[in-house]
Amino acid sequence: MNDDGIRIEGLRKRYGSGDTAVDALKDVNMRVAPGEVVGLVGPSGSGKSTLLKCLGAVIEPSAGRMTLGGETIYDDAWKTRDLRALRRDKIGFVFQAPYLIPFLDVTDNVALLPMLSGRPNAEARRRAVELLEALDVAHRARAQPSQLSGGEQQRVSIARALANQPPVILADEPTAPLDSERALGVMRILNQMASQYRTAIIVVTHDEKIIPTFKRIYHIRDGRTYEEAGEGRAL
Amino acid sequence: MISLAGRDILHSWAKFVFTGVGLGLLIGVTLTMAGVYRGMVDDAKVLLENSGADLWVVQKDTLGPYAEPSSLRDDIYRNLLGLPGVAAAANVTYLTMQVRKGNSDVRAMVVGITPGQPGEPGYLVAGRQLTRGHYEAVADVKTGFALGEVVRIRRHDYTVVGLTRRMVSSGGDPMLFIPLKDAQEAQFLKDNEAIRNDRARTAANPALNRPGVPGLLDAIQASQSSNHNVNTVLVRAAAGYAPETVAQEIRRWKHLQAYTRAQMEEILVAKLIATSARQIAMFLVILAIVSAAIVAFIIYTMTLGKIREIAVLKLIGTRSRTIAGMILQQALGLGLIGFAVGKVAATFWAPAFPKYVLLTPDDALRGFVAVMLICALASTLAIRAALRVDPATAIGG
Repeated sequence: MNDDGIRIEGLRKRYGSGDTAVDALKDVNMRVAPGEVVGLVGPSGSGKSTLLKCLGAVIEPSAGRMTLGGETIYDDAWKTRDLRALRRDKIGFVFQAPYLIPFLDVTDNVALLPMLSGRPNAEARRRAVELLEALDVAHRARAQPSQLSGGEQQRVSIARALANQPPVILADEPTAPLDSERALGVMRILNQMASQYRTAIIVVTHDEKIIPTFKRIYHIRDGRTYEEAGEGRAL
Repeated sequence: MISLAGRDILHSWAKFVFTGVGLGLLIGVTLTMAGVYRGMVDDAKVLLENSGADLWVVQKDTLGPYAEPSSLRDDIYRNLLGLPGVAAAANVTYLTMQVRKGNSDVRAMVVGITPGQPGEPGYLVAGRQLTRGHYEAVADVKTGFALGEVVRIRRHDYTVVGLTRRMVSSGGDPMLFIPLKDAQEAQFLKDNEAIRNDRARTAANPALNRPGVPGLLDAIQASQSSNHNVNTVLVRAAAGYAPETVAQEIRRWKHLQAYTRAQMEEILVAKLIATSARQIAMFLVILAIVSAAIVAFIIYTMTLGKIREIAVLKLIGTRSRTIAGMILQQALGLGLIGFAVGKVAATFWAPAFPKYVLLTPDDALRGFVAVMLICALASTLAIRAALRVDPATAIGG
């Protein structure tokens, strides 16, 4: 399981065509090992969101190759027609805001993904409770999202991302709305989960508070990535 | 798999219930409109049923006595009684008028009948049938008269001796039954000044007042101030005779128009209340369109309020049909609440209507199916909007 993390080679994305064409990604190369958390840092307009959307299989790259969990999902063309199933089974998402489904309680927010994958409700809920315990929010299992604090909501959204045991988690500014203590708490959880479940995690961030926690950082500038060793400060 | 629609409804139940109640009142109005039409049809059937007649004999080439005026001499019933297959025949007059009730008026159809003959009310809810030849009345309860109350018609007072129910004209006016002779007088009675004036005019006319013809003037004046016409003769067929066979005999030999109960029902339903029925049908169509527009608007607005959640659901791999199903189920749920509220509301307010409102289970079933179809149709707009949501919108930037 999760043998190969994330591997991206020569990824390109061009919007439009002719004179108005814009190359959002020119040459992106990344590797994230299973159990590793890397940072993706870059100024606005550098191509972070485009890269995230390509990795999240919501927009199609123009060229290149992407491998998730040992499976090539894109090689100058999608390797599967069912991108929805690909996102559901291979990729976990953590957003800047938790975006929990407001009409489902905490357990069902986490159990929804396994249920969508066809797992029995009882098994999906069991899995959800395990994750909520691991993330220390099991005591809020029956609460509605609106009854949770911001930090609790973010932990539930991490549990949701892990619910289908995906090889990859894409976290889009997960600490932006949090104070330093909570932001570092989220990073601690992401690192724990990465090690525990052998998940490769890319954290897109601007957040100066958490950048020193990464052992490796990818800078993206003008559609190109540059790898840099991080401080890897202990959490 | 959990029901996303059900959870959403439970989560925001107050919004759903209040919206459902609003929609329900509209559905209640729709069901009531259908009930008004059914009530008109049923009133017509009950009117025919309670008259105790098998045939309505009227003036030739007319659709009388309800749909068109009809005038017959009041001795024709004797000729009809001589025909084979006629068990009973009785004169009846109909006159819609304002009847005094205390200091106010009641609009009623005054029906002149012969006691014990076809035409008298089929059953009473209080009191007795007419037994005397003059100045008694049996009233439909909708007139508001009570037993023993005195009704003023033209120049005479009538005592209410019986009360009946569901005897109304095609226009919905409750009926007031009085003896035939009184009704004939009421139809044609002139005031004293007019009678005196007519007599003077007749006497001044040399053609009608010839010196050499004694009694001519008296005879002419007597005919001017009396009435020997009725609107219809109601016939009851003898056992073993088909009403249609008897009707054919009457048409052939008496040169009158005779309608069977089925034909009279056809006249009442297809001709007399046809315009009202079309009017109601138009209302039903408009109400259906308005209901559909409201459901569509509500569901669409609710869906737009969940765009971010829908984007997240799509991003994490929810099937389009699951999202469409959620919206469809919510629309149907709204329709279900609306229908339940509408049915209860219509049941409660129907008796308060001045005209009979008949809410039938068949109409309720048809209404339920229509509401569900309308809701399903109305949800397509919201489903379309939801399916067009780009999952990428869940990712910032």
